[in-house]
Amino acid sequence: MHSSANHLLTILIFLPIAGAAALLLLRADDHVWTRRVALAAAIGELGVSLKLLWWFDSGTPGYQLEEVHNWIAYPLIRYHVGLDGISLFLILLTTVLTPIAILASWKSISQRVKGFFVCLLVLEAGVIGVFVSLDLFLFFVFWEVMLIPMYFLIGIWGHDRRIYAAVKFILYTMFGSILMLVGILWLYNRTGSFDLPLIQAMVQTSQLVLAPRTELLLFGAFFLAFAIKVPLFPFHTWLPDAHTEAPTAGSIMLAGVLLKMGTYGMLRFCLPLFPSAARTLAPEIAVLAIIGIIYGALVSLVQTDLKRLVAYSSVSHLGFVVLGIFAMSPASVQGALYQMVNHGISTGALFLLVGMLYDRRHTHDITEFGGLATPMPVLAAFFLFVTLSSIGLPMLNGFVGEFLILNGTFEHHAAWAIWATVGVILSALYLLWAYQRTFFGEVTKDKNRALPDADLRERSLLWAMAAMILFMGVASTTFTSKTENSVRLVLEQMQPAPAGQSVNAKVDEADECPPLTKADITGPVSKPSPATPVLKKVEATR
Amino acid sequence: MFPSQADMMRLAPELVLCAMGILIMVAEPFTGRAGRKVLDVLAALGAAGALAAIWLPAHNMGTAFSNLLRVDAFSVFIHAIVGAVALLVILAAPSYLEREGLPHGEFFALILFATAGMGVMASAQELITAFVGLEVSSISSYILASYRRDVPKSNEAAMKYFLLGSFATAFFLYGIALIYGGSGTTVLPHIDSAAAQVTLLTLGLALVFVGLAFKVAAAPFQLWTPDVYEGSPSPITALLSSAPKAAAFALFLRILITVEHANSLWFWAIWISAVVTMFVGNLTAAVQSNVKRMLAYSSVAHAGYILVAFAARNVIGTAAVLFYLAAYALMKVGAFTTLAWLGGTGEEFLDIDDYAGLASARPVSAACFSFFLLSLLGLPVTAGFLGKFYIFDAAVHAHLIWLAVLLGLNSIIGAYYYLRVIVAMYMREPKRTFNPEKIPFGVAAVLALAAVGTLYLGLFPSRVMGFAIQAAQYIK
Repeated sequence: MHSSANHLLTILIFLPIAGAAALLLLRADDHVWTRRVALAAAIGELGVSLKLLWWFDSGTPGYQLEEVHNWIAYPLIRYHVGLDGISLFLILLTTVLTPIAILASWKSISQRVKGFFVCLLVLEAGVIGVFVSLDLFLFFVFWEVMLIPMYFLIGIWGHDRRIYAAVKFILYTMFGSILMLVGILWLYNRTGSFDLPLIQAMVQTSQLVLAPRTELLLFGAFFLAFAIKVPLFPFHTWLPDAHTEAPTAGSIMLAGVLLKMGTYGMLRFCLPLFPSAARTLAPEIAVLAIIGIIYGALVSLVQTDLKRLVAYSSVSHLGFVVLGIFAMSPASVQGALYQMVNHGISTGALFLLVGMLYDRRHTHDITEFGGLATPMPVLAAFFLFVTLSSIGLPMLNGFVGEFLILNGTFEHHAAWAIWATVGVILSALYLLWAYQRTFFGEVTKDKNRALPDADLRERSLLWAMAAMILFMGVASTTFTSKTENSVRLVLEQMQPAPAGQSVNAKVDEADECPPLTKADITGPVSKPSPATPVLKKVEATR
Repeated sequence: MFPSQADMMRLAPELVLCAMGILIMVAEPFTGRAGRKVLDVLAALGAAGALAAIWLPAHNMGTAFSNLLRVDAFSVFIHAIVGAVALLVILAAPSYLEREGLPHGEFFALILFATAGMGVMASAQELITAFVGLEVSSISSYILASYRRDVPKSNEAAMKYFLLGSFATAFFLYGIALIYGGSGTTVLPHIDSAAAQVTLLTLGLALVFVGLAFKVAAAPFQLWTPDVYEGSPSPITALLSSAPKAAAFALFLRILITVEHANSLWFWAIWISAVVTMFVGNLTAAVQSNVKRMLAYSSVAHAGYILVAFAARNVIGTAAVLFYLAAYALMKVGAFTTLAWLGGTGEEFLDIDDYAGLASARPVSAACFSFFLLSLLGLPVTAGFLGKFYIFDAAVHAHLIWLAVLLGLNSIIGAYYYLRVIVAMYMREPKRTFNPEKIPFGVAAVLALAAVGTLYLGLFPSRVMGFAIQAAQYIK
């Protein structure tokens, strides 16, 4: 194990928790300092996370900045964190969106302020933990722990139907994750380890070969958890409720980073650990993704609630990401990764804007708006800019992601790409139409005439978002050059073993093979070499 | 013949408990109203002393009283659980007794006697001795269940507990008789070699298991649980739902592992009972509106979880049972202690609506209660999660994937009703006015201890799990 001397990732996990602890020491009614401390913690976290860019070595496809400590002796569970091109920008996305979420709730949260910011910071820590964990158990712990702050964010500070939405959110997610836990333990009982790089190496060197049926089941156990999180059609029904009822900051975090945990999980676990199951099921999953793209867009089209509209558009956009992942070409996976970050920023910004409208009018109903560009031109301009980015206008971020996904998908699966393109058209339709109804024309409601335009705090937030949108649109190679190698490695690991290997690979039907232990594996496991020859001689498959 | 020094040392915790119990009963008439504090202190000292006295058997393992008891790491582990539960219950009880106007003396004496009985159950390797332990603990519990004499529910609880408990012990005793008839011995390690009439033996073991299933509230013998737990004074519910269960599960496990006959015979019975217990417990808990009753049903469900580890029949499974019993005892004692305190005079406020909006008025109690509920739910960084994790591990290790999946489904049902209470406390508007939060010292101490323990087992389980594995290997 390459244990690096620096503790950057650990600091990233625990800094928000320290911030939350500091908040707990403040008086409950000291709202001003509560906000300041929370913001300071989040900005400090952002500063630390920017150092990742400095430390990150684009040339290394495997895990970097690893840190390993023994944690639990039985069964051997290690605190193992690390980073690669896949997780790098998701971490940055989290650390960027958290201060934005905090600033977005600066005024709109006036009840139980302390609890709110504690939840937000704990949530950030949990999400970062998910993105950096390289131990399956540790991953699962973070995956579950972050549910609780999100549950409280929706349930306490949400809108009218918040309790229903919060319970639905948590039960759905738990349902998926409990099967993943069984899957993790199954894998552990076969491999004797929870260590992701180690298990990946076993898969690579064919020391771990699962019977096809077992592999499908295990893939399913992991995939279901991630698919619910994404959410992939037909597991998406929790999402509109959760989004609509969540406070603005909750929606930003939910859309911005929490959904990405699902697609990240597919890329990190489903593909490299169960390559042949992933290949087998890819067409079915692509079909679900395409249904999600089109269905999400169509449902968005008929929404009268602006926030629900944005929520359904997430179903559609995340469908693109899943499609990109399971098209399994370098360009499409790169695009999927890019689109994850894009969606976080664009949809985060949309929720931010919708939240600003809500702060002014306390409604999300499109019919209550109309002609808003007259009283608030600045807000309207930003809204248009973000809408265009979400639609995928060239030069803005959304375009790069969608183009890469469609292009990469088209290489091998032209039909998938063609169907998915329908979603691109529809997204222009529903977003622009909603924009038109909200901002253009005469001011239809008298209440709306005197609405204040964006103030300094809101403007600076929007400028920050717009800058990121533009930067990601024109300087995409800054990002893709860093993710390229890791994506390539994942896809290399996905390749079917050369013919001789797969025929000779050991298949154990009843899982009766004694679990492999760490001692069975030698060599640098953190950077598995896909070319390692298979030495095992075993009987043929059935 | 006077028992040897080694024998006495191996029985030290029980001796301390009984001596202190007797001392309390003798001292009570002389203390009067003002001196009740003395009784509280004596009781706490008794439980703490018993916990400390575990050091003696722990360093002098072996059989005692000509093979009647077997002190090994396993029994030491169970002793630690029941001793700790007794101590926590005793620490939290005084404010409850004051509030309800109940006498202190018998209460504490009976708790100590009950604990002694459970201790005997944990080390017994001879069936009659086990029976004596079971009876000592049960009879004390019957009285404790009815301790709120003026409350009809409490009387009902005691009556039900007594009647069904008597049935259970009758089954148990009859089982012992048949085992003796079948093998000519009641010493567990000798039964296999001495087995003469296999049918009688099988029947006898079946009856013993029925008796024990009653005690641990495994389906289909769980019917008494909700009424008894609901009617008993809350501190006693805390005790009943954790300590006797630990002792009965220990005895169950010891018979199952020591007697080869039992082991081979019971797999499917346990499998089915585990599934039914989980589902019955969780589904009925999900529809309760009384929080105490809900927690009672939830403890039925947890018995089902533990049975899953039984079905695994491996060392990990045994260790998982032990770990879960420890985790479960901490969180259940924590939850019921919070409930005893929040229930108010006469345990008036037990309905879920009474807890609406609690978090703003009583943030500390609400936070503690939520933490225990989340642990019962099995969320990471709590003891409950690791307990469940080990059970999952044991089940998957034994290729009981289906059982593991069913356990998973049940956790989701569990999540629904535990979260309901949290929803009420944090997300709904209050329906009544709350007094300001002034947690009595004893209750605060117990909540802190239980919460820290739950967190400790959730973050750093290695030490306790290490002991549990050691204990599981000893008993093999």
